Amino acid sequence: MSEQKIDIRGLCKVFGGAAKTVMQLVREGIGKQELLDDHNCVLALRDINLRIPAERIQVVMGLSGSGKSTLIRHINRLIEPTAGDIIVDGQSVPGMDASALRDFRRNTASMVFQGFALMPHRTVRENIGYGLKIRGLARDEIDTRVSRWIERIGLDGFADRFPTELSGGMQQRVGLGRALATDPDILLMDEAFSALDPVIRVEMQDILLALQTELKKTIMFITHDLDEALRIGDDIAILRDGEIVQQGAPQDIVLAPSDDYIAEFVKDINRGRVIQVGRVMRPVSDGATGPEIPHDSLLEAAAITLAEATADTGTVTDADGRPVGTISRGDLMAAMVMATPESAPAKV
Amino acid sequence: MADNAWWVTFPQMERETLVGFRKALDGTYRNFSRSYGDAIEAFFEPLLFFLVWFERLLINAPWWVVLLAVCALAYLVSRSWKIVVGTTMAFLLIGFFGMWKDTMSTMSIITVCTLIAITLGVPIGIAMARSDKVRTIVTPILDVMQTMPAFVYLIPVVMLLGIGKVPGVIAVVIYAIPPVIRLTNLGIRLVDKDVLEAADAFGASGWQRLTGVQIPLALPTIMAGINQTIMMALAMVVIASMIGVQGLGQPVLRSITNQYFTLGLLNGLAIVALAIVFDRVSQAYGRRMQLQYERIGNV
Repeated sequence: MSEQKIDIRGLCKVFGGAAKTVMQLVREGIGKQELLDDHNCVLALRDINLRIPAERIQVVMGLSGSGKSTLIRHINRLIEPTAGDIIVDGQSVPGMDASALRDFRRNTASMVFQGFALMPHRTVRENIGYGLKIRGLARDEIDTRVSRWIERIGLDGFADRFPTELSGGMQQRVGLGRALATDPDILLMDEAFSALDPVIRVEMQDILLALQTELKKTIMFITHDLDEALRIGDDIAILRDGEIVQQGAPQDIVLAPSDDYIAEFVKDINRGRVIQVGRVMRPVSDGATGPEIPHDSLLEAAAITLAEATADTGTVTDADGRPVGTISRGDLMAAMVMATPESAPAKV
Repeated sequence: MADNAWWVTFPQMERETLVGFRKALDGTYRNFSRSYGDAIEAFFEPLLFFLVWFERLLINAPWWVVLLAVCALAYLVSRSWKIVVGTTMAFLLIGFFGMWKDTMSTMSIITVCTLIAITLGVPIGIAMARSDKVRTIVTPILDVMQTMPAFVYLIPVVMLLGIGKVPGVIAVVIYAIPPVIRLTNLGIRLVDKDVLEAADAFGASGWQRLTGVQIPLALPTIMAGINQTIMMALAMVVIASMIGVQGLGQPVLRSITNQYFTLGLLNGLAIVALAIVFDRVSQAYGRRMQLQYERIGNV
C-alpha cells in the first residue's frame, strides 16, 4: 500500500462556547444532547482518527447532520478544529500561518462543492482558470492549461458560456475542472454529485474514476449515498453523530456491518457488484474444476462467467493464477441475496 | 405659584443658560473657522480648480460636441438606441429654450458630486459590510445625514467656507452619499456565501476575494445605489443654488422670489429631463450587468 497522505488525529469540533472548557467536558464523555442543553454548544465531530493513503479514494459516508461536511472542511481549514490535528505530507494544517495556508489551498488541496459554487460572473473558461489566476500565473499559461481541461472534461464549445447557461451536470464538470486545473495532490469532494440526477450522477462517477486511474490523486469524497460510496470508494468511513462508526473496504462493510444502523443501510445494496469472489469462496479442495475466476472479480462477473461456461463450479485463482478455492452457483447466489453469508466472519 | 409648577409648564432650562450654551457653541465654532478656515479652504483648492475647469469645458465646448459626447457615453453605458434618442431630444429642447449654459453648469456639478460620492461611498460601504461594528457606527450617521434638513448643515459649511461652489459640493455630497454607502454594504453582504467559500478554498487573499468576487457580484446593487445618489444630487440643485452654486437652480430661485411661474417651470422641467436621462442610463447599465449574471440559458 502506498504512503499515507492525510492523517487526521483526534479531531474534535465544537461549535459555540469556549474551546478549552468544552473540550474538557467532551473528553469526560459528555453526551451531545447534554452539551447542547447545558452549554449551548454543538458537538459536530468527536475524536475522529482517519488515515488516508496517497492516491486512493477515501469515502466518508453519513446522513445529514452526521458532521461529514464539517469534517472535510477541516482538511483545508475552512473550519478551524477545536482540538486534534490534521497532518498532510508531514505538515500540520492547523499549525499553518495565513500565508502557508493560502499556499496549501492554492497548490495542494482543492475542493469541489455540492452546490457547484461557480462564479456567476465568470465564463466557464475563467471559472476553470480561477485557481490558477489566484496563484498569479500568466494569462497564456492559464489559457493553455484551461484549454486542456476543457477538452478533457467534455466541455468543448462551452468555454465562453456562463455557468447559469449550463445544466447541473455540466456545471459540476466545470467545478471538477476548476479543482483539477491547479493540479493538486488532494481533491476534496463535498457531496460533489449529490445534487445531480441519478443518471448524470453515475456519469460523473465514471468520469471521476476514469480520471483517477490516470491522475492518481488522493481524494476525500463525502456522500450520503451508499451506492455511490461503494462504487467509487477504495475505503469507506461511516460517520454518525460526529463519530466514525465503521471503516473498511466496501465489501467489508457490506459483509460485516458493525451494528444494526449500518446493517440497515447495506440491506438493500446490490451485493453482486460490491463483494469479491475471494471473500465468499470455499478453500481449495483438491482437483478444483471449472472455469478460472480471479479472486478479486465481483460476484456478478463470476456468475456471468459460470453461466457462459455452463459450469456449476469455478476455480478461484489468486493474482498469480494459482487456484486458491472453488465457488459454486449456489455459493454465489447465497452471497448475493443473504444478509450475512456463512463464510463471512461474524463481527461484533 | 401653580402657574410655573413642573406639572403645568414643562420644566425647562433657564433662558440664560440656554443662550449661554448656544453662544458658547457658536463662538467655539466661529473661532475654529477663523483659525482653520483658510487652511481648509486651501485643502479644497484643487477641488475648486477642477470644478471651474470642468464647468468651463462643458460651457465653452461647442454644443454639438457636448451633445455627441453625452450621446456616445449614454450608448456605451446603456447599449440602447432608444435611450440615446431620448437623451438627444431632451438636450435639444433644453438648448432651444435657452437653458443650455445653466444645464451645463448643473451637469458639471452633478458629475463631480457623483464621482466624489462614489469614491468616498463605495469604500465606506465595503468597510460596513466587512465589520458589524463599523455598520453600527455608520448607520445612525447616515440616518442623520438623510433626515437632517439640508438647510441646517448648510449653516456650518457656509460659516467655514463662505458661499460658492465648494460648500455647494460639500452640501450636495452629504445629502446624496447615503444611498451608495447603504447599497454597497447591502450588495456585498448579499453575495452568495458558497461562492465566497469557494474563493477561500482556492486560496484567494482578502483583496482577491474583494475585487474578484464580492465587488463584481455586488455591482448591480451598487449601481442601484449610484443611481439613487445621482437622483438625490439633482434634487439638491435648487438648495445648493442658495449658496451661490451656478446652474438650473439659480433661475428657479429667482422665479420663487419674483413669481415667474413659466421661468421656474421650464428650469424645473430641465432638471427633470436631466434626472430622467441620468436615471435611465444608469439603470440600463445596472440591468445589463444583472442580466449577464442571471442569464437563464438562451435555449
